[in-house]
Parts: sequence; structure tokens; C-alpha cells
Amino acid sequence: MAYSEKLMDHYENPRNVGSLDKKDASVGTGMVGAPACGDVMKLQIKVGDDGVIEDARFKTYGCGSAIASSSLLTEWVKGKTLEEASEIKNSQIADELALPPVKVHCSVLAEDAIKAAIDDFKSKQSAESAA
Amino acid sequence: MEIAKKMKLPIYLDYSATTPADSRVAEKMAACMTIDGDFGNPASRSHVFGWKSDELVNEARKHVAALINADPKEIVWTSGATESDNLAIKGAAHFYQRKGKHIITCKTEHKAVLDTCRQLEREGFDVTYLDPEENGLIELAKLKSVMRKDTVLVSIMHVNNEIGVIQDIAAIGKLCRSRGVIFHVDAAQSAGKVEIDLANLDVDLMSFSAHKIYGPKGIGALYVQRKPRVRIEAQMHGGGHERGMRSGTLAVHQIVGMGEAFRIAKEEMAEENAHILVLRNRLWEGLKGMEEVYLNGDIEHHVAGNLNVSFNFVEGESLIMALKDIAVSSGSACTSASLEPSYVLRAIGRNDELAHSSIRFSIGRFTTEEEIDYTIQLVKNKVAKLRDLSPLWEMYQDGIDLNSVQWAAH
Repeated sequence: MAYSEKLMDHYENPRNVGSLDKKDASVGTGMVGAPACGDVMKLQIKVGDDGVIEDARFKTYGCGSAIASSSLLTEWVKGKTLEEASEIKNSQIADELALPPVKVHCSVLAEDAIKAAIDDFKSKQSAESAA
Repeated sequence: MEIAKKMKLPIYLDYSATTPADSRVAEKMAACMTIDGDFGNPASRSHVFGWKSDELVNEARKHVAALINADPKEIVWTSGATESDNLAIKGAAHFYQRKGKHIITCKTEHKAVLDTCRQLEREGFDVTYLDPEENGLIELAKLKSVMRKDTVLVSIMHVNNEIGVIQDIAAIGKLCRSRGVIFHVDAAQSAGKVEIDLANLDVDLMSFSAHKIYGPKGIGALYVQRKPRVRIEAQMHGGGHERGMRSGTLAVHQIVGMGEAFRIAKEEMAEENAHILVLRNRLWEGLKGMEEVYLNGDIEHHVAGNLNVSFNFVEGESLIMALKDIAVSSGSACTSASLEPSYVLRAIGRNDELAHSSIRFSIGRFTTEEEIDYTIQLVKNKVAKLRDLSPLWEMYQDGIDLNSVQWAAH
């Protein structure tokens, strides 16, 4: 399969690989996908007091498109507010990386991952304020 | 060191998919094309052009028959192993359907056999798809237990294209013969690599391909046993070529190429196999020390050139992308047209993760030791890099049982 230069660049030099402390109250973790389906994405965000995403990290098991989609997403969410980040659409990722049609689900997974990370962060916050 | 400098990238390690034609083969083929060459139609009986081509075809037929110890009259030219499988299975099923309509095959067969059986099911035949053992081999007792009074045909491949295991076709043949059941063998992956002695095997029909053993693509053959005589119904109708079993003007250049490839294979097989086996073992020795690496398919009953390995927690397509300096194939869903992980690996009980993580290395005539050493280093580096990226590897390192995790399926 022929992939775009941008995709190959993100695949070969993935940005923001790694993990943040899952237990940290300012960190939200989203893990989506399943090993049996051939892709699992873990996306983490660290949110400042001002509600802006200061840092993002990912780890992905999956094809090159899945790795590139998550790498790109970590670049995009940094510096965005939670609301802005939650508005990122899978189609923007698919367009940016010129994903072939059979790989569009990889960008869907990335959108799910950021939503899951934001949800996780929010539920942690509400649990903390309740305590 | 001179050799290392000459190493060309990418390295071809996909000999089970296809092989380059041997230069001796290409030379012979080129001599059957143009006005200066032997371009005649072997069916032309009225002039020397036809007679010369007919001679070349007969010579090629002898070479093919010699490799498998058959009579040249038992060889029917086809367009490849897929057509041979279709002709054998549909041809025998149709001819013997008054005797019974039950067929037995195995879940790890090539699609050319499985899809042909599916078609026969649509036509009203009953097909049993046997489960192989975890090592990929068929348990003879299991085959025996599914045989019925109306079983007319058993189709089992000799060497599996994905995992390289060699089935005991001598024993299966004996069982079929004792029950009066026709036995077809797909030998696309075994001819020229494993000894085949059809004079002493109870095999009725056997499919061959040229391009898996350094011949051209687009040509194959079907062995149709004469004693005892096996009958098949033609699937291609026309001028009555190949004793009515497969009509169509013979592709002389392709046939000559296949003949030459089989002649070379007979001459060089023993030496070549020894060379390939050394390289295969070297590759496995180099990889097996890695953590969470699994060999697929029984290693004792295994063709020399195949090594199928699952690298757990790394997805196959991304690994293939990382291994762009070597040409290999994967059982990962992402590399298949169907978007399903390898049905062969699933049939031998590998879970989806390991099927997604598999790489098939296949070694051949032109593979060198330097290429194998380069491959070992490359695979080790890239698997380590991708595992650093893998959340599953991280969880495994943390001692989390991945089976206990509730995955959000999508």
C-alpha cells in the first residue's frame, strides 16, 4: 500500500511516544480498540489548571496508519483547551494523513481515544471535587 | 566482505509468494516467441512449425513428469495451480457424483481449494472441513472418522503455503485408496522442495505451479493418474487439447519454461535444500532468543524454505512497514484483502493477536548468508522499536494479563 509522506514521517518518527502517570489527577487516559481487532491506542493528556492541555503522550499497537494517526493527534491537542480538543474530527486526521479508505477506521479510533482521555480526566476531576 | 558490499536492498524473502525465473528458464522461453524462434502452434499437424513446437512441449512434459516420477502422459497443462485445483476438484466431483457427493478437505488449505469446495457446496455437494492439530498436521484417525459411504474425494495439500508444514500424503493416500476415495493433493508449494514419487504414492490427482520453483507465472499442471485410471470432467471446453481434459492452445513458451524449471529442480534440489535449510536454521537461531516470539507450524515436518514467526504485541503490518528493507508477508488482517487475520493461523489455534503479529519469511535459491544476518539484526531492532510504542507490551511488562482486560471492541 502506498502511504503519504506525512503518514510515513509520523510512522517513522512518531511524536510524543510514552506514558504519563495514570494516577495523577491532572492526567486523563483513554485506551481504545482491542488486540483481537489488531489495534489498541492509549492516549494520555496532562491538563493545566487553566483547562489547557499541556502535554500528551501515546502508545499504539496497530498498523502504520494507527500509529501515525495517534502521533498526529498528540501534536494537535497540545495547547488546546479540552473543548477544542474534543472538537477534533476523525475526518481531519484522515485528510491530513491522506489515509486510504480501508484505513479510515484508524482515524476514528484516534478520535475515540482523545474523547476517552477527556472523559477520564473529567470524571477524575468530579470525583476529586466530590471528595 | 566483497559479498556484503554487493548485497542489494530490499532483500527478497517471499519465495513462497513467487520466485524469480531462473535465467536458464527465461532464455529457453525467449527462444519460443519470435519469427526467428519456435513460435508454432503444437496443434498444427501440417507443417514443421507445429511439429517443432509439439516436440518442445513433449520434452517439457517429460521434465515435469521426471521430477515427480510420473508418466508424461499423466501431465495436463493448465494456467497454474489454482486452475489445476479447480479442474481436479470440480472435475472429479462432477464425474463421480453418482457414487456420492461428500468431499473432505482441511481448514488450512489454499483458497483455490477452499473456494472451489464452497462452490461445490452451492451445487449440492456436502463438504467436511477438517481441523488440523496445533502443529498444522492432520491426524489420520480424525480423517478416518469423518469418512462416509458417500465420500468420493479428499483434497489435502502437501506443503502449507503459510506455515510450511508437510502433510503425510503417503499415509493419507493409503487410507483413501483402501476406501476407494479419490485423493487430490495441491503440491504448489512442495514440488522441487520435497521428494515426490508418484509411482509409489496413492495419489490420484496432484496440482503444480511453475512460478513457485523459478519458472514463469501463468503456467501449471495437473497430474491425472492413469493406473488405476482417474476420470475428471473438463472445465474448459474447446479444441480437445490435453486429451479433452483442458482445451486451449498450448502456451509453448510458458510450458518450455516450466519444463526447464522442473528439470533444474530435479538436478539441483538436494544441494539447494541443504543450502536453504542452513539459512532457515540460522534465521530461527537468530530470532528465537527474543522474548515472546512464537514459531508457527511443526518444525520437524517442515519445508526447508519457510519460517513463520509471531512477534507478540507487535502488529504485523506496522512491522512490515518497518522492515521495508526486506520483502516478507504477514498474517495480519491489515495486509490481506479480506481484512481478516490469517485463517491458517487461526485454524491451528493461534489467537487473533498472534495471527495479527505473524511474519512469513521464505528463503530460496538466491538467498545469501549475509542477507539472513542483515535480516536478523533488522527484525530485532524494529520489533524492539515497535514494542516501545506498544501499549500491550507495556501492560505485559507490568504483569497485566491481557485476557483479563475489558477491551472496548469496535
